[in-house]
Amino acid sequence: MNNISLLIIAVSLAFIVCLGVRARRGIEMNLEQWSVGGRGFSALLVFVLMAGEIYTTFTFLGASGFAYGFGGPALYIVVYTVLAFVMSYWLLPPVWRFAKTHRLLTQSDYFAKAYGSTALGTLVAVVSLVALIPYLILQFKGIGIIVELTSYGGITPATAIWIGAGAMTLYVICSGMHGSVNTALLKDAVVLVVCVFLGVYLPYHYYGGLGDMFQSLEQARPGFLALPETGKNAVWYLSTILISGLGMYLWPHTFASVYTSKTETSFRKNAAVMPLYALVMLFSMFVGMAAVLQVPGLAGGQIDLALLKLSIQTFDPWLVGVIGAAGLLTAIVPGSIMLIASSTLFARNIYLVAAPSTGDAALSRVSRVAALGISLIAVILTLRGGQSIVALLIMGFSFVTQLAPALFASLLAGGLTNKYGVAAGLCVGVGTVAYTVLAGMTMQKLFPAAPSWVHDVNIGVIALGLNIVAMLAVSAATRRVAQGSIAGRLQSSPEPL
Amino acid sequence: MSRLSWLAAIPVLLAIGGVVVANRVTPFILGMPFFMAWVVGSVLATSLVMWIVYLLDPANKP
Repeated sequence: MNNISLLIIAVSLAFIVCLGVRARRGIEMNLEQWSVGGRGFSALLVFVLMAGEIYTTFTFLGASGFAYGFGGPALYIVVYTVLAFVMSYWLLPPVWRFAKTHRLLTQSDYFAKAYGSTALGTLVAVVSLVALIPYLILQFKGIGIIVELTSYGGITPATAIWIGAGAMTLYVICSGMHGSVNTALLKDAVVLVVCVFLGVYLPYHYYGGLGDMFQSLEQARPGFLALPETGKNAVWYLSTILISGLGMYLWPHTFASVYTSKTETSFRKNAAVMPLYALVMLFSMFVGMAAVLQVPGLAGGQIDLALLKLSIQTFDPWLVGVIGAAGLLTAIVPGSIMLIASSTLFARNIYLVAAPSTGDAALSRVSRVAALGISLIAVILTLRGGQSIVALLIMGFSFVTQLAPALFASLLAGGLTNKYGVAAGLCVGVGTVAYTVLAGMTMQKLFPAAPSWVHDVNIGVIALGLNIVAMLAVSAATRRVAQGSIAGRLQSSPEPL
Repeated sequence: MSRLSWLAAIPVLLAIGGVVVANRVTPFILGMPFFMAWVVGSVLATSLVMWIVYLLDPANKP
């Protein structure tokens, strides 16, 4: 009786849409309410929102898949997340203050305002959209895989993607950020319970306990649970933590949800709590490790199926349905936040620049139409698949990391940089990323004569380094021309608490 | 930014220390491989450190 799992997934989806659409009640939905929840969210809501974005299908399928495929190195995910939380204590409050003073709605607004250049804002928006839309596609792909497997093939991926995307777009258009935060509360509770249950039960069921599982793994694959000598070794581990940690808050949707907070103290409080929440990812890694000896033979992109395959092999259909519903939530809730961020980016930093006389109400309509359009484009690209999308997905994270030098310079060293330098650095960084990915460059090909540890450095470090050099050099060369547009105004606004 | 921010160096040092001194599977700690146990310990320590920073930081005083 496999229909039961399908029924559970369908009911959960219907419930989420109702919850999301109802979130608009009692709110006069202008663009500020729609995009950043009217800057009125409490510490708890900011917590679930940020957790909601960071724990996507990647946590659910990706972290377990990575642990299945690579073992010990998967722990880099926990470490970079935690270090980004530490950084957030000092990073987010000044960003929030600046955004509140200038009524910013998007990440591109921040760069436009801090460096006094609308054109820079548009450049950042284009880079952001190129990074964000593939990330949205990844969530849609997740919906297809999860629903197909947990409905035992009853629903094709294409049908699941159309339905999932349609449901998400519906509540995004109605309620904006209010819908996302309402559903994020439910999603976090469900995912927490499901992840912890699977991570505790599966090792117990197959091995007699967590400790017994690790001992069997060490016997079968000695050293699998630590870092290897070559490949994903200590050098790879640390350089990847650096790149990923710097990039985490640079995702446009994560950055913009900083604006939703009512107070800046929320971020400092959450910096202490969120590391504990990062440990939840450990449980999905336990699942991936449990699968190593139980569903062997998954390779390449297939490793992401480890959690679902092991669950289907182990549990009754109703429980598979619950797991499928949880997986669906990890795709839809973060996806909705990405959709809001990308349509606001389009409306504020591209449409408004082209048509500066657009009023607030009209712009609010533009962003909702953009949400529909972007969602449609993402669905079509997901269904068409293709190699170019895979390449874009790999590039997305490296693209957003290229915004890090400009952000840190605006906060710490405003006097050393200006809009020309930042634009040049961004172009050089993004160009380098695109070249290395499209040309299939590796550190080994770039530096054949270098010592072997250099070959294991994450290649993103190169783009980031060139970006910083270009930013500082061009800023210095254009110092005289750019006078007056230097970002020194960030610290000047005292906190209005 | 104050002297407090130097406490944030502790989590970073724990992460780097993990690959220097803790990159091994045995001995198992509470059933977990040594490397994983190190990461879990580091996360708990980080949370504690950030809580102390939060309490000591005058910016959070009402």
